[in-house]
Amino acid sequence: MITLRLNTIEKRFGTTNVLRGVSLDVAHGEFVVLVGPSGCGKSTLLRIIAGIDQPESGTVQIGGRDVTHARPAQRDVAMVFQSYALYPHLTVAENIAVPLAMQRLNGWQRLPVLGGVLPGTKQTRARTAQDVRLAADSLGLLGLLDRKPGQLSGGQRQRVALARAIVRHPTAFLMDEPLSNLDASLRAQARREIVEIHRRTGAATVYVTHDQSEALTMADRVAVMQSGEILQCAPPETIYNDPVDLRVATFIGSPCINTMPAEADGQGMVRVAGLATGLNSTARGALTLAVRPEKLMLGSTGLPAIVEGVEFLGESLLLHARHTHTGAALVARITPEQRPGLPSDGHVHLDFRAADALLFDAAGHRVRALTPAEAPAFV
Amino acid sequence: MAAWLLSLPATLAFVLMLLLPTLAAIVFAFTDYELGAASLHWIGLDNFAELFADRRFVQSVRNTVVYVGLVTPASIFGGLGLALLIEAGTRARVFFRAVFFLPVVSLVVAMASAWQYLLHPTIGPLNAMLRLIGVTGPEWLSSSATVLLSLSAIGIWENLGFNMVLFLAGLTAIPRELYAAAEVDGADAALDRFRLVTWPLLGPTTLFVLTITMIRALTRSFDLVAVLTQGGPNKASEVLLFTLYQECFTFFRLGYAAAIALVFLVIVVTLMTLQTRFLDKRVHYG
Repeated sequence: MITLRLNTIEKRFGTTNVLRGVSLDVAHGEFVVLVGPSGCGKSTLLRIIAGIDQPESGTVQIGGRDVTHARPAQRDVAMVFQSYALYPHLTVAENIAVPLAMQRLNGWQRLPVLGGVLPGTKQTRARTAQDVRLAADSLGLLGLLDRKPGQLSGGQRQRVALARAIVRHPTAFLMDEPLSNLDASLRAQARREIVEIHRRTGAATVYVTHDQSEALTMADRVAVMQSGEILQCAPPETIYNDPVDLRVATFIGSPCINTMPAEADGQGMVRVAGLATGLNSTARGALTLAVRPEKLMLGSTGLPAIVEGVEFLGESLLLHARHTHTGAALVARITPEQRPGLPSDGHVHLDFRAADALLFDAAGHRVRALTPAEAPAFV
Repeated sequence: MAAWLLSLPATLAFVLMLLLPTLAAIVFAFTDYELGAASLHWIGLDNFAELFADRRFVQSVRNTVVYVGLVTPASIFGGLGLALLIEAGTRARVFFRAVFFLPVVSLVVAMASAWQYLLHPTIGPLNAMLRLIGVTGPEWLSSSATVLLSLSAIGIWENLGFNMVLFLAGLTAIPRELYAAAEVDGADAALDRFRLVTWPLLGPTTLFVLTITMIRALTRSFDLVAVLTQGGPNKASEVLLFTLYQECFTFFRLGYAAAIALVFLVIVVTLMTLQTRFLDKRVHYG
């Protein structure tokens, strides 16, 4: 069942095209992460889903309803902001209660003193307080209900923002880089907490981040965005192992995927700097060959390279080298045990399995290799 | 030692310009000193006894309260309204900001003359307009029934732009994301967002505006009265600072004027203390 459907959304700020025909379906209970560099339009897309910004063209459907022109309040979505956007003058309990009070009480009933004596207010307020306690309890905020946001730590504020989002059981959650203001140790914990909340509530979630590790660890599907387009939307494993665009391949993965110019001859045989590989391409002409650092192996054959440095990461080492023929920078992830075996003159050969190589044409589109052999690419 | 040396200029200025004159005024308030008199006598609380029995002083206090009571809320809420309108508008924002701020940078004396003309019962444009619709306008500045209201209106006009600019600054300091959050949380109507975000977050600004407006209303009322009405007709526009000025510089009763100054000081200090004590805690959200 589709909860959220975006259809060819276009957005311009002045003369800049921020979104160019973005379409996306999010199923019920699905966790979709929009990831991309800053300025790629991911936050704008989220604000359009929330109804804070209006698209130039295209439609937004939530829960089967066309809400393209509906006010944010009528969309039944909750949003967590990067800055948390807590109301500084309200206590934690009052902050969490805001969406419920807006839903359940009218303007008169929300008045501080007079509201209390109007019929129905007392019961509704009691019910709201109960719901607030439930939401606060699920995030371990019960002890902080009377504090003001200014008296809370970053992690606590972030949890209050989450509680304010879950308290009214929305159709969809929208999260705009909710973890980017937390320090690293808190971030991992908060990441699990958000996934846990999502699992419990089962509401469709759209999560915006520029951090690919968040995207890969949390998402059911990752939508990689760049310059106002979704380049690929797929499960994390597919995004990582089977990118359809060179930009996806280079954006996802740390350290960045190795790329080098290659060429396919008349028979489709792929060569790197004249060296034949075991790869056969469906395309002809200039290509880009890309290999993940952990797929590069030290060997006696392969791409000749000169070691420029070694980074120690604990469980592995990063070998920085330069391809002798093309000058392309290469990074290989090797085991600490391999370090003593490195030649003293720095001349190494880096090989990879043909199946691990990704080919892209001049426009950056993925080109399938015809014979992905298990054998090393260079023999 | 170095610390004292470094703060010496400021200390000296404070003692000479503020502390000593204040202390001198307090001392004079308990004497019968008159400007130019060869001697003075300690007369205890006599000045104050005379003050509170003086119908002119009582009238002056009452007028001041009315003036401040009208000018403060009207120019605060008016200034806030203007700031909200300008903030919400898209065109000619700089123009409107400048127009409403003009009175603040103009000389009170010059503006007062303009108002004198505008409000003139026979040749003034205001009454001319009223005559067009068949209404005989009152003698704005020379009838005891309307003079205080007219002065208050000018006072409001004069403070409006200043408060507007302060509120505009306060409005720009409110994070945009809070409005977005309020909308998503269901604050659909503009009034809801004003209650949920704008008004509470303007708290510190409003407290500052309240303080500054009261002080400005208390002190600048003198300029208007001195230029336009001289406290008349029949003391209907006497305000505290004008009474003080006359006692001191027209009648040369320095001791008596010092007593008025002391009462004035007590009123101002009390107001400011009350404001900071009770409101400060409620508008700064730790």
